Amino acid sequence: MLVTGHKMDNTINTSRLERFLDSDIWHSFKQNPVAIVAFVVTVVMLLGAGFAPWLAPHDPFDMVAIDIMDSSLPPMWMVDGDPRFMLGTDDQGRDILSTIMYGSRISLIVGFSAVIFSMVVGITLGLVSGYVGGKTDAFIMRVADIQLSFPSILIALLIDGVARGIFPSNLHEELSIYVLIFAIGISGWVQYARTVRGSTLVEKNKEYVQAARVIGIRPGTILRRHVLPNVMGPVMVIATIHLAVAVITEATLSFLGVGVSPTTPSLGTLIRIGNEYLFSGEWWITIFPGAALLILVLAVNLLGDWLRDALNPKLR
Amino acid sequence: MVSFLFKRLLQSIVVMATVAFIAFSMFKFVGDPINNMVGQDTSQQERDELREKLGLNDPFLVQFGRFSLNAATGNFGYSYKFQVPVSEMIFERMPATLELAFVSAIIALAFGIPLGVYTALRREGFISKMIMSLSLVGVSLPTFLIGILLILLFGVVLRWLPTFGRGEVVEIGAWTTGFLTTSGLKSLILPSITLALFQLTLIMRLVRSEMLEVLRTDFVKFARARGLPNRSVHFKHALKNTLVPVITITGLQLGSLIAFAIITESVFQWPGMGLMFVQAIADVDIPIMAAYLMLIAFFFVIINMIVDILYYAVDPRLRASDGS
Amino acid sequence: MDLLNINGLEIEFPSRHGTVKAVKGVSLTVQPGEVLGVVGESGAGKSTIGNAVIGLLEAPGRVSGGEIFLNGEQINNLSDEGIRKIRGRRIGMIFQDPLTSLDPLQTIEQQLVETIELHLKLGAAKSFERAVDLLRQVGIPDPENRIKHYPHQFSGGMRQRVVIALALCAEPEVIIADEPTTALDVSIQAQILELMRRLCKDKQVGMLIITHDMGVIAEITDRVAVMYRGDLVEEGTTAKILGDPDHPYTKSLISAVPRPDVRLHRFPMVDYIEKEEDRKKTMDISTHWLGQARDFDAVEGPLVSVENLVMKFVAKEALLKRNRKFFTAVDGISFDIKQGEVFGLVGESGSGKSTVARMICGLYTPASGAVNFGDTDLTKIKSEKEMDYYRRQMQMIFQDPFSSLNGRMKVMDIVAEPIRFHKLASSNAEVESIVLDLLEHVGLGRQAALRFPHEFSGGQRQRISIARALATRPRFLICDEPTSALDVSIQAQILNLLKDLQEELGLTMLFISHDLPVIRQMCDRVGVMRAGKLEEVSETEALFTNPTATYTQELLALMPRLDTLSHEGLEVEGA
Repeated sequence: MLVTGHKMDNTINTSRLERFLDSDIWHSFKQNPVAIVAFVVTVVMLLGAGFAPWLAPHDPFDMVAIDIMDSSLPPMWMVDGDPRFMLGTDDQGRDILSTIMYGSRISLIVGFSAVIFSMVVGITLGLVSGYVGGKTDAFIMRVADIQLSFPSILIALLIDGVARGIFPSNLHEELSIYVLIFAIGISGWVQYARTVRGSTLVEKNKEYVQAARVIGIRPGTILRRHVLPNVMGPVMVIATIHLAVAVITEATLSFLGVGVSPTTPSLGTLIRIGNEYLFSGEWWITIFPGAALLILVLAVNLLGDWLRDALNPKLR
Repeated sequence: MVSFLFKRLLQSIVVMATVAFIAFSMFKFVGDPINNMVGQDTSQQERDELREKLGLNDPFLVQFGRFSLNAATGNFGYSYKFQVPVSEMIFERMPATLELAFVSAIIALAFGIPLGVYTALRREGFISKMIMSLSLVGVSLPTFLIGILLILLFGVVLRWLPTFGRGEVVEIGAWTTGFLTTSGLKSLILPSITLALFQLTLIMRLVRSEMLEVLRTDFVKFARARGLPNRSVHFKHALKNTLVPVITITGLQLGSLIAFAIITESVFQWPGMGLMFVQAIADVDIPIMAAYLMLIAFFFVIINMIVDILYYAVDPRLRASDGS
Repeated sequence: MDLLNINGLEIEFPSRHGTVKAVKGVSLTVQPGEVLGVVGESGAGKSTIGNAVIGLLEAPGRVSGGEIFLNGEQINNLSDEGIRKIRGRRIGMIFQDPLTSLDPLQTIEQQLVETIELHLKLGAAKSFERAVDLLRQVGIPDPENRIKHYPHQFSGGMRQRVVIALALCAEPEVIIADEPTTALDVSIQAQILELMRRLCKDKQVGMLIITHDMGVIAEITDRVAVMYRGDLVEEGTTAKILGDPDHPYTKSLISAVPRPDVRLHRFPMVDYIEKEEDRKKTMDISTHWLGQARDFDAVEGPLVSVENLVMKFVAKEALLKRNRKFFTAVDGISFDIKQGEVFGLVGESGSGKSTVARMICGLYTPASGAVNFGDTDLTKIKSEKEMDYYRRQMQMIFQDPFSSLNGRMKVMDIVAEPIRFHKLASSNAEVESIVLDLLEHVGLGRQAALRFPHEFSGGQRQRISIARALATRPRFLICDEPTSALDVSIQAQILNLLKDLQEELGLTMLFISHDLPVIRQMCDRVGVMRAGKLEEVSETEALFTNPTATYTQELLALMPRLDTLSHEGLEVEGA
């Protein structure tokens, strides 16, 4: 009833960019100041973390440059503040702002890697489960159900514990970041698998898939060429929100002391270290990394929230 | 109804068996239990004898069967580190965790559901939008950070509330409770809010989105077209239909409270099972890890059964398909 | 004074592409005991009128002009509370889908009594009595017991009766019915329409019935208003509108309605809405790739024949295989399709006709029986490679134009996919030139190739589907309800196209439809299906003039009588 094919008479050769600029997604983005701010904040934090070695005012891991005399300085606007250290220093004299930038780097590397790992496992199993059906489907979904009954943090903790038991402690230190990625990633695949399976069940009964089958296209190609592109919408929403969850999980594990090794601290590790000084009044050591974590996660969550609404206009 | 329950029971047994298998595998393949039980200077012969005595040379399935039987009777062996029965350690700490989870569940439900309904009905309202924005902050705040902030505010700055431990507890038989003393109740406040906040926001957002979904259905439109007042449309028709999906997910969420207590207990040094579990992980104390895993699975299975029965009570479509 | 008077009503929907006027100054009146039909195709704005009257326009729609009067009292400017008191009490509403119109968690009694109590305040006992009485009036057997049941325990037709009872709770003066029978089978449709007409006359209720279906209009209305893209183009008595329309749109609409009574060569005058884009026959089929001699083996006798085809679906899973319960969708069916003929399968929903089509083209594997293509039993073929040879000869056109095309692919790639897969062209340039020719041949411009499916209307999408099906140069085409999701004038265009293609290319066709008039227009022979069984197979004309099976006779008797339709411009076949 609304305007269909409103631009049918315009130029026929629409490029991908033009299509994007005309899409509802872009339009809803332009009109949503919250989404724009969240996007800008996310990009700034990604850049700050990604280019930390070049952008950070100090190198917190360069033992030579650290002066113990600078330890436990408050932020620069406070009475004892030092303009060299905008957000103050920790007990060893490391610049808080720099440790936050380096810490976010670790947090984000773990977060992104875990999300990609979950996505690959989840999408593959979801597609197979939904398309093949029968016993394969039942098996995969039972496993998913059982795993779902345990919160991801518990699974990640268990995997970490098991890894400690298997690897000798020096090796574990070295591998800790990979163990962490695996632990967080494996605890997240279920959501992707369930969503993709659900969409696949819907898509495979749609007539365009049946038309492809009537032509003779083989299942692998159908899944790749026809089903996958059509189920990616919800997957992107989950991935965005999952990135937030993964960063939180990493921080939580590091806070509990079972995450990355303390020599390469992530945001969670920084908060844990700072927490010990909370009662002695040196609040900035823990609050600033905490704020950085909150801002990052909140921005990503806001983006995910907006993306979900934009892809599902009826929910608004 | 009977066949339905039977089927669920069967599924629960499969779940428990799977989890038991994972727990057993940890025993079997992670570290050497003998090394963890004897001192450095024990001779190889003594070790071998112990190995034989403990049945560690039996076939895999026999060992698994013995493990499962023991687990079913609550016997998980001795903690590697403390050399006391794991079951004793768990029962000693269970009341702390359960009381914490119970209070948090009440908070999460009592605020989550009404707020969800409110934000769905007044979708465009200013307060609703505020609540929704705040809830996103709630989802974005890691539990441990909430705990730290609460400690900073109420413990360090205002000095109103205790920030660690359970306070004074009263023993009632085997159970220790913090509900009966002022210091016990005071100690509960910060941890239970910390634990509840994340679940609260989740439940609220879930109720809201389900409610919005129901409000778009044809039968709601038809109810309006019959002139039914908003009160009836919203609470008699929409809310009841909202609860059907909400029950399932809420049930699971509340189940996970017990596991999420791990973080809260660490922040507040709450002497519960979660704190014990975190310490066990750092020490690779496999018996405790295995027992905790099985216990969480057991709670999950119980909660799932309750959810299924509730589901059955609410939705007539399930009852009918069973009868005919 | 008119019972319901809509005067110069304007409704608009603001959107980011600009404000869309859904209704542009429409005036209508309804008298007590009168049934007014509002007919139009999708996008005509007819449903928005019904919603506007009861004040339930969906956001962001709004009434931007005009007035609505109920018994002289203006109701379009009432407060929310004021219009709520009118809804259900003075204006009853009936929606399209009875399966979703009732609250699934409440018994029929709870829903009826709540509504009666609200409007009439009779007290519990009296309300219950009235509820039972209403159910009796709408023809629900054993109402004292049935009232305790939940909606899911009723069939679709029975649920629509409950919906009608709910609309009648407070003895409203006007009833608005929005496509009340569209979701129902034709046999149930007839009963519901009969019930509605009787209630309207007995109770002297004014009824506004909104529909796209000329059959419904002919069955039930006294007067008709024809809408086209928000405008009221013509209004008059039912006999006048159907028999002697004045406006060119109405004429075109009437001429596009498939006739149950005569077989036409083609549908005339059907291009009022969607102009076929200058479909010039630029290509000579006999020399073009599309018409070139195909490398298929010659077949003696019928091209396709099915023998004792059976299909079972698992209705209830069980732990043990032998405890599984099955639902037999197709129960031992046999028929032949001769080369070059159009064979029809007709039946109500759930009769198994689509399942037969899906078994023939290999989407479902039959439980038993054979699908013979020429002399080869397709169910015995194991290798995919071997099967490809037959897939190339056999293509399918589906029902839903919105889901039958992959929205992520350009039309070029959609139509080229079968050519590329079966390696029917030597170079990519050749593939592209074939696709462009095909698109032109089905009545779309060459520019269509570079666009995505969502830029096209339903009818245009169905043309893309047809182009894709033709791209393997098949000799057998299965059409599964190819037009049932389309507006009637678009349907006529697509049916014309299919007729032309069938003639030009000498295609053999299996044509599946629930719509008997469409079957009469398209098919040479017809099989009538019911509950998985074939009731009767006969020549189409013989079936319509002289049906043998009782079921066929019943179906024919239930067909809406459209013999008053205008005959202007028709070319009747054989006449």
